[in-house]
Amino acid sequence: MSQGGAVVMAASHICKSFGGVQVLFSVDFELRRGEVHALMGENGAGKSTLVKVLSGFEQPTSGRILLDGQEVHFANNRAAEAAGIVLIHQEFNLAEHLTVTESMFLGREITHFGILDRKTMRARTREILDTLGSHVHENALISSLSVADKQMVEIAKAISREARVVFMDEPTAVLSREETRILFDQVRRLRAEGTSFVFVSHKLDEVMELADRVTVLRDGQWVKTADAADLDGETIAQLMVGRELSSLYPAKHEPDVDETVALSVRDLSTGYVKNASFEVRKGEVFGFSGLIGSGRSELMEAIAGIRARLSGEVEVYGKPLAAHDVRAANQAGLAYMTKDRKGKGLLLLEGMTTNLTLQSLERHGSLLYLDPKSESEAMQKARRRFDIRVRDGNVVAGRMSGGNQQKLLLAKVMETDPRIVIIDEPTRGIDVGAKQQIYHFISSLARDGWSIIVVSSEMPEIIGLCTRVAVMREGRLAGILEGDEINEQEIMRYAAGLKRRDGAAAAMTASA
Amino acid sequence: MSMNSDIKDKARTSRSWRDVDLRAVAPFAALALLLIVGALVNPNFIGISNLANVATRSAFIAIIAVGATFVISAGDLDLSVGSMVAFVASLMILFMNSGAVADPTMAVVAAIVLTILAGAACGLVNGLITTVGRIEPFIATLGTMGIYRGLTTWLSQGGAITLKSPDMQNMVRPAYFGNVLGLPVPIVVILVVTIIAAFILYRTRYGRHVVAVGSSSDVARYSGIAVNRVRVIAFVIQGLCVAITVLLYVPRLGSTSATTGILWELQAITAVVVGGTALKGGAGRVWGTICGAFILELVGNIMLLSNFISEYLIGAIQGSIIIIAMLVQRSLVRKS
Repeated sequence: MSQGGAVVMAASHICKSFGGVQVLFSVDFELRRGEVHALMGENGAGKSTLVKVLSGFEQPTSGRILLDGQEVHFANNRAAEAAGIVLIHQEFNLAEHLTVTESMFLGREITHFGILDRKTMRARTREILDTLGSHVHENALISSLSVADKQMVEIAKAISREARVVFMDEPTAVLSREETRILFDQVRRLRAEGTSFVFVSHKLDEVMELADRVTVLRDGQWVKTADAADLDGETIAQLMVGRELSSLYPAKHEPDVDETVALSVRDLSTGYVKNASFEVRKGEVFGFSGLIGSGRSELMEAIAGIRARLSGEVEVYGKPLAAHDVRAANQAGLAYMTKDRKGKGLLLLEGMTTNLTLQSLERHGSLLYLDPKSESEAMQKARRRFDIRVRDGNVVAGRMSGGNQQKLLLAKVMETDPRIVIIDEPTRGIDVGAKQQIYHFISSLARDGWSIIVVSSEMPEIIGLCTRVAVMREGRLAGILEGDEINEQEIMRYAAGLKRRDGAAAAMTASA
Repeated sequence: MSMNSDIKDKARTSRSWRDVDLRAVAPFAALALLLIVGALVNPNFIGISNLANVATRSAFIAIIAVGATFVISAGDLDLSVGSMVAFVASLMILFMNSGAVADPTMAVVAAIVLTILAGAACGLVNGLITTVGRIEPFIATLGTMGIYRGLTTWLSQGGAITLKSPDMQNMVRPAYFGNVLGLPVPIVVILVVTIIAAFILYRTRYGRHVVAVGSSSDVARYSGIAVNRVRVIAFVIQGLCVAITVLLYVPRLGSTSATTGILWELQAITAVVVGGTALKGGAGRVWGTICGAFILELVGNIMLLSNFISEYLIGAIQGSIIIIAMLVQRSLVRKS
């Protein structure tokens, strides 16, 4: 920690408007040499915008940016990169058809007399990946990589550019704990060498672990900058929301043991998932935990009819559900909410109403005609029910904040009027306030007789919400936990393969 | 129906000029500009008879382009439409010449039904090859473009296919040269086709599905939309539009050859793109498409009526228009 490091980058009185809507109001920001500076705030607080302004992706409407005390204007992101300022995006910026090495050196290929020096580039790529502890092969195609590996390549790319200032927008959202740890080690190593980091995250514990200083934004305004050591999670959360946070998780409500079985899955197999069997009762919040890539989403997609199933049966309230038929599942009262809200959930270039009603168009108008009035009434209701806050009702989904997008997606799924809702990663990349709202919504649905399956990689979420938890490992259900068993250690034991459903602890000596 | 017929959020209290989508307005602004330029170049240009003539002449491309709006909105492309016109028209004339139905009136009616079925079938073939065969629409329709053209050449043995019966010729002539309430029939057909198409695209479930599939087929799939069915139907709609075009084309000339409809696919795509529909799918603008087709025809007309540009440069000018239209669209996206 270098508390007194020289100021590398400073922003003063930054204002930014998009088409008449002001997003940043005279924000000040200061980054010292060799510090990790966390930027926090609810969705829509202006964090991503500030990061984009500072890294040259957007031009400030007014205000000044100083680099080493000199005023600079970055005409575009290339200019910023040339000055040693790199942004690692929330969304990936990798060309699917290139190899890892080609991506790393894109735009600054090493050549010998105009001919690509592939050998050197490959070796250099390997070296960087090794320091990151990544097993990604340097010749692998980007399209073949998992989301977490893609994130690692993005990070490797930034490291390879020997950046002075690295902006990271939600870098750990898709990383496993192990990957997060490796990333943080690298960040600490680079910090010791004098690199400065700006770290945008919603995960309070990560921020407390890594950051030297914290700046909190709220509604586009600067609220506070302080040393991380002087803050605790509760204080930061309060600063972000601007009010006292009541408890994040509502009280659990356990259904009766003899309550009707709402969803029953027997011996379901897909390519990767093998023989999954479980039951969810009416009014139950059932959790699915496990490491990334353990097959949770694949299983859920097979249940909801998005994916074909090789074998096995699914019953909704005792009635068998046709395989690979999303509409049949919706009509039977089963709906799946994807974790990939930008890629698979919302039409980013369309407005809110089009998105809201897309899955339930038959509810609006008669046989052929689509009734705009009925649609906009549904939109009004959904905005109230899910507290979707937008300044402009005609905004396209892609321009909404993560929290509002997530609420819109949830609203879209709920429009099909399901009795069983599968929610995959309910709060990925959204702020505390919206998280709390979604948790309370899930809980109240369950109390009113809906059955909810929550798939999540965030352990506290699973533990805080669910009354039973299934843990998956490598395509199989490793175990189903109940009551006091639902705790972090126990879940990890199953997820890591130290324990199985039959109780035969594989290797209890290696504690999780 | 307004030119910008997206389903608007009716809850909005007031409409300010800010809400107007410049991309939707741009083609109409361009059309207005062309009309002014034309009037300055030659006073005869702005006369009703000249403009009605231009609109009539644009009918073939306009109607095909309405179909193309569906295909392109759904994220696909159909290069075979020009060949399809030639092929379907050949079938229609050959049927009428064959004497399979003795009564001339019944023969014409049967020929019309056959034409519509043939158009739909050609579209269905395109749709099935792209979806079931999983071949890029560009390649799939490049293939059928060759097939339809080749079949036409074979049917006509390299020459022309001409409607023989003068009775039938007289019977079908009004379909192109007639008037309804003082309007030439082709203009009426353009209006009717466009109104129906706009209704389907903006006010039906299917239309919404087209937009969803074109914007993101993943989102559509996760929303329970039968993506392939939506795409196939779009190709069939394109085939039907081609059939309607043939029903205007055959009465006009009473003859087809291997060179019928050459490069019409490019003109149709140009009209669609000039009209503001994104080539990558998603936003479809039917009225913009019609506007685009008029613009193409107007430019040719102005060049004929003026003396300072050779009419032999029409192709080059039309090519420039599509590029300029894309540049304008892009600059408007940046601002919004």
